[in-house]
Amino acid sequence: MDRTIAINVNRLCKTYDSHKAVDDLSFSIYAGEIFGLLGPNGAGKSTTLRTLITLLHPTSGTATVMGHDTVREADTVRTLIGYVPQERAIDRFLTGREHLQLLGALYHLTTDEATKRINELLKLVDLEDHADRPAKTYSGGMKRKLDIACGLLPNPKILFLDEPTLGLDVQSRLRIWEYVRMLKARGMTVVMTTNYLDEADQLCDRLAIIDGGKIKTLGSPVELKIALGGDIVSLTLKELDRIPSLETELKGRPAIKSVRTTTKGLDIRVESPEKALPAILEATNRLGCSIEFIQYNRPRLDDVFIAHTGRAITESIPETESAS
Amino acid sequence: MEHYWQEISALTMRWVRRLSREKFSMLFTLVQPMLFWLIFFGNLFQRAADTQVMQAPNYISFLAAGVVIMTVLNNGLAGGVDLLFDKENGFLERLMSTPIHRTSVILSRFIFVMAITSMQVLVILGVSYLFGVHPATGILGVATILLIGMMFGVGLTAISMAMAFSVKSHGDFFSVLGFLSLPMIFLSSALVPLTAMPGWMSFLAQFNPMTWAIDAVRPLILSGWTEALPHVGMVILVMLVFDALCLYGGAKAFRRAMG
Ligand SMILES: Nc1ncnc2c1ncn2[C@@H]1O[C@H](COP(=O)(O)OP(=O)(O)O)[C@@H](O)[C@H]1O
Ligand SMILES: [Mg+2]
Repeated sequence: MDRTIAINVNRLCKTYDSHKAVDDLSFSIYAGEIFGLLGPNGAGKSTTLRTLITLLHPTSGTATVMGHDTVREADTVRTLIGYVPQERAIDRFLTGREHLQLLGALYHLTTDEATKRINELLKLVDLEDHADRPAKTYSGGMKRKLDIACGLLPNPKILFLDEPTLGLDVQSRLRIWEYVRMLKARGMTVVMTTNYLDEADQLCDRLAIIDGGKIKTLGSPVELKIALGGDIVSLTLKELDRIPSLETELKGRPAIKSVRTTTKGLDIRVESPEKALPAILEATNRLGCSIEFIQYNRPRLDDVFIAHTGRAITESIPETESAS
Repeated sequence: MEHYWQEISALTMRWVRRLSREKFSMLFTLVQPMLFWLIFFGNLFQRAADTQVMQAPNYISFLAAGVVIMTVLNNGLAGGVDLLFDKENGFLERLMSTPIHRTSVILSRFIFVMAITSMQVLVILGVSYLFGVHPATGILGVATILLIGMMFGVGLTAISMAMAFSVKSHGDFFSVLGFLSLPMIFLSSALVPLTAMPGWMSFLAQFNPMTWAIDAVRPLILSGWTEALPHVGMVILVMLVFDALCLYGGAKAFRRAMG
């Protein structure tokens, strides 16, 4: 498939003192997709993002945004992007509207342009009724919405979101997912980081799993799961003595990758359930095995993460608070 | 250029808004503790201080110059605090990710701190006036005092910002601040003239830019132009060097912090 590349990262390294926060990253992000960087705390997600938005200079390697180098053409890059930092970057003494007005001036909008856009955005993120209250009276979810409105104010080609739903309640998370999907529908490219597996799974078109500053694997959630070696069909049989014969019967069939005996039946790894299930059922019928229980599991993104990093994302030892 | 102006005025406006939202802090910005130094110290030491040593009609008129420059010191050294908080909560990052000139944020802070400092200096001179301290050099003298204050303030604010950009936590920032300001005051001619200090203190005080500033402001208040002019000329030179050093250090710290 021929797609426009929005961002290109080439052998990017960022070293703090002697600590490699980002270690030789190379990847591309396509225009119009939602791209996710998934990894535990301290993996190097924010560092990568900060490089892309021109706030950090790489120790070595390069990054381009819409073809513009993030160091040499930083000014051009800044006019193309919107950024929503990981921290609630809110001035508690300013009202929501004043935040947006300030940014309007920093993006050099005229007062009329700014007013129009600010009203649209306040409506979009549902903050119209609270726009003229100081931000210190906002809830966590409202602050995050204001954050996102700030990121959208320049009407950017690419929006960068650093852990957009960190610490939010379920309701607010779903709202934010909704916004992100809507932005994609409008043609915006969205680059986000997250350490929530479900978020990466449900929201991202493609994602890179990053750990210890390195990309462990990259692809669409579906691709990554398939690459693990397919879905698993678990059979529990009534007659346990039939297990070996069923195993021989199933082994080597086209849609079936591997068969493993368990205490009560078989775990069958299949390429696609559509093809494998009829074959399995046909075989059990022919051998006269009666099935007590059949269970079908797709590999989850958790499995992908464990397979590539050797541990679950929640097991990671968080680095010091201030550095995350 | 037009963009630059748009950025700086919007950013300066933000500092003004913040101050106006904090009613308490606004009150204490205008009626600041320095005023108490003037009123209480000035009157308290009236009898204890030897007017012969002070070379002034009374202690409060001697102290006025010191309090003016102490105000500049406090404001300048605290001038980076808001940027420190902006750095810590990510607001600075948000500002710097926009296509603004890299110096806009800093410049807006300088403008704001200088404006507030000028107002406070005027309040102090006003209160001194009520206590009978009438500047010998008139309005032009007051303008010169403001100029000296600004020149000293720019360097101090630059130091403060440099610290804000370099420290790991704001705890560090405030400890350094507390550590710096008292010796700066006592090792200067703010409270007593150098001639009345123990030798080692007056030796150290000579290297304190604050001493130079006070020694120029004091004759502007007490004596008149003939006495003041050589000191004013000298302090302008000293401050040019001081500012150049501080701005250089500040720019370095800023560049290191901002990539
Ligand atoms: N300014 C900094 N100075 C020193 N080390 C840093 C700095 N920023 C990040 N790091 C380190 O770099 C690594 C990656 O951090 P970060 O990119 O923030 O991770 P993530 O966003 O994935 O949690 C961490 O080990 C962190 O401690
Ligand atoms: Mg992070």
